[in-house]
Amino acid sequence: MLGKTAGGLFWMFRYLERSENTARLIEAGFRIALTRADGDDDEWTSVLQTAAVAHLYFEKHGQIEAARAIDFMLRDMSNPSSVLSAISAARQNARLVRTAITREVWEAVNDTYMVLKQTLARPVSARDLPEVLALIRQQSALVRGAMHGTMLRNDIFDFCRLGTFLERADNTARILDVKYYVLLPSISQIGSSLDNVQWETILRSVAGMRAYRWITQGETSPIGIADFLIFDTRMPRSLAFSVGKIATNLAYLEQAYGTRHPCHEAIDGLSARLRHGTIDRVFEDGLHEFITDFLSDVAKLGHQIETDYRFLG
Amino acid sequence: MVAMSDTPLFFDEMHQGGGDPRAPYAGYDGWFRSEDLRDLRKKSADAERFFRRTGITFNVYGQAEADERLIPFDLVPRIISGREWSRLTRGIEQRVRAINAFLHDIYHRQEILRAGRVPVELIAKNDAFLPQMIGMAPPGGVYTHIVGVDLVRTGEDEFYVLEDNARTPSGVSYMLENRETMLQMFPELFTRIKVQPVQDYPVNLHRSLAASAPRDCSPYCTVAVLTPGIHNSAYFEHAFLADQMGVELVEGHDIRIIGGKVQMRTTQGYKPIDVLYRRVDDDFLDPLNFRPDSLLGVPGVMDVYRAGGITIANAPGTGIADDKAIYSYMPDIVEFYTGEKAILQNVPTWRCSEADALAYVLDHLSELVVKEVHGSGGYGMLVGPAASKKELAAFRAKLTAKPANYIAQPTLALSTVPILTQAGLAPRHVDLRPFVLVSPDKITITPGGLTRVALKKGSLVVNSSQGGGTKDTWVLEE
Repeated sequence: MLGKTAGGLFWMFRYLERSENTARLIEAGFRIALTRADGDDDEWTSVLQTAAVAHLYFEKHGQIEAARAIDFMLRDMSNPSSVLSAISAARQNARLVRTAITREVWEAVNDTYMVLKQTLARPVSARDLPEVLALIRQQSALVRGAMHGTMLRNDIFDFCRLGTFLERADNTARILDVKYYVLLPSISQIGSSLDNVQWETILRSVAGMRAYRWITQGETSPIGIADFLIFDTRMPRSLAFSVGKIATNLAYLEQAYGTRHPCHEAIDGLSARLRHGTIDRVFEDGLHEFITDFLSDVAKLGHQIETDYRFLG
Repeated sequence: MVAMSDTPLFFDEMHQGGGDPRAPYAGYDGWFRSEDLRDLRKKSADAERFFRRTGITFNVYGQAEADERLIPFDLVPRIISGREWSRLTRGIEQRVRAINAFLHDIYHRQEILRAGRVPVELIAKNDAFLPQMIGMAPPGGVYTHIVGVDLVRTGEDEFYVLEDNARTPSGVSYMLENRETMLQMFPELFTRIKVQPVQDYPVNLHRSLAASAPRDCSPYCTVAVLTPGIHNSAYFEHAFLADQMGVELVEGHDIRIIGGKVQMRTTQGYKPIDVLYRRVDDDFLDPLNFRPDSLLGVPGVMDVYRAGGITIANAPGTGIADDKAIYSYMPDIVEFYTGEKAILQNVPTWRCSEADALAYVLDHLSELVVKEVHGSGGYGMLVGPAASKKELAAFRAKLTAKPANYIAQPTLALSTVPILTQAGLAPRHVDLRPFVLVSPDKITITPGGLTRVALKKGSLVVNSSQGGGTKDTWVLEE
């Protein structure tokens, strides 16, 4: 496979994952805004921070305002993480790697792009927002389904999965990075309504609300939520799960190509840390430090994969 | 029912006088009459959605607004009888053989120039002539691996070659997707009417390219398609063909010359390419040997080529054979190399470089079609009968300033095939581009080809860049 193609697949699936994650963030923010009495727009600031685009937003709009924040995250092409930007970039990469993906996958991506381009041609009203967000989720599921149902399990598939899980690990870690303070034992008081709302946002942002309740039998605690999102290998958006998938796919590549690269060393280190770590230890050493290190390691791993598999010259 | 005038000016391929279908259309006509017009129009909209979804679009140069456009598809097929087709294929094969012999001769002994059958200055002054190709023998002796021979029809047995495309003929993806669309929309038609298949084109293309590989080819001959990139107007086709053949689609920056071989950067290091099906023009192919500012090509690929390390398809320098001034000599060229009369006729052509011809063309400008010698895509051409006084005057000035830049032809009474309009069937002018594959041991012609249709009533310009559409083309089993 061409190095360029591997890079195109990797980014195509990063962007697909990103569009879905952005939609989920908007959903969580919107939900909080609806259930909150005081009506301030702070929640949107943390949504923008999680997507790492707060500076872009403030450069453009100056102050935070719900409708503008939603529009910025949904359809602003100057925001590289907006749903529309991400889906356009995914589709552009899909065109680039057209020969490596099946017709079904290509059509699902192209269809998603066409549907969303049309749906997001005009600002979306609050009334239509739930339906539009549902549409984005459905389209993502369509692409994922086509991919799982029709693609060969070879190196092509591995690069797609690497993109998906690197983006996902990054996204979940960012949510924790922005919200880590509400999980700190010193600040949070179990049962206070403010924190309940904050915890709910975190879980909603990773589609883990119901799963968490189901696992913990209703017992909600900040340390429990952090444990769930970092170490629980059953949770498909947790750091441990994402890193596990990255490790598996890199191992497949090592096996298929018969070559071990620096990225394999890097992922082994990251995996070991998650396998042997405990949530108590993380809190002891500092949740914020843990997350910051993790984000930096994931970014480095991404660059290493890019170099080892010759995405660029 | 189709209204027919008593004396049709143009040959209607579907209907004869009185509205009865001609023989090849008998089966289709019966089916069509039993169909509901509204249903068919709905199918037409379905087809458009299908094309958009599949991404069969082309980029239009200079139109930022519509960066990806569809070539309109008309669902009434263009039907050719098996008998007509076998006659055409004999003519096409003869012509393509002659073109390859001509190219070999031009880059070697130049017998045809010595014999005075083609004027020397036509080659010497030709930009498409590449001195780098002199004395060079392409692997397997093939110059034009893929050729598109554009045909027009004016009567029952009257076909003319309008032009030869010996560089990088495009459009074959539409031929394949048009058939795919028809199979999806009207499966029952294909059980009623036996149509010769076109679907094995990609397999034949791959086989044909691999058969032309250099002698020291790697064990599994590696073919790759070279594209200028995602912004090229025909990018869809490049990706489509690479996909269908199961080969890599590469750009210049994926390739490097290592150890005398052309190699592509893969996830496992550099791997050699044996055959490069390039969709990049000669000028841009190799910045070291041609245009130094080209970012699309592969520096040094010509040197590897000359050393026999790679096959480039089509060979560089084949453009001299599809030049419109050379075209006018094609009957002589066919006779010179095959010793036979050309089976396919040329359209009578005035070379404006010749004083007598120029005088005639200037006198009859409003009746003629005038084309640029090196032009393509319907750009820079004058259709006399359709032009305004102002347009005629402007063109007259251009023509007088640079006569050698133009040829002129009579305005042909192009045949028509009906398209589906709001009001039912209506005749529109068509041409046909069959696709020919040349390998060292044989020539393969896919039955049918791409039918282009002028969608505007009365228009004779079928180019997609000028508002033309396409049709599925059926060659019936004999």
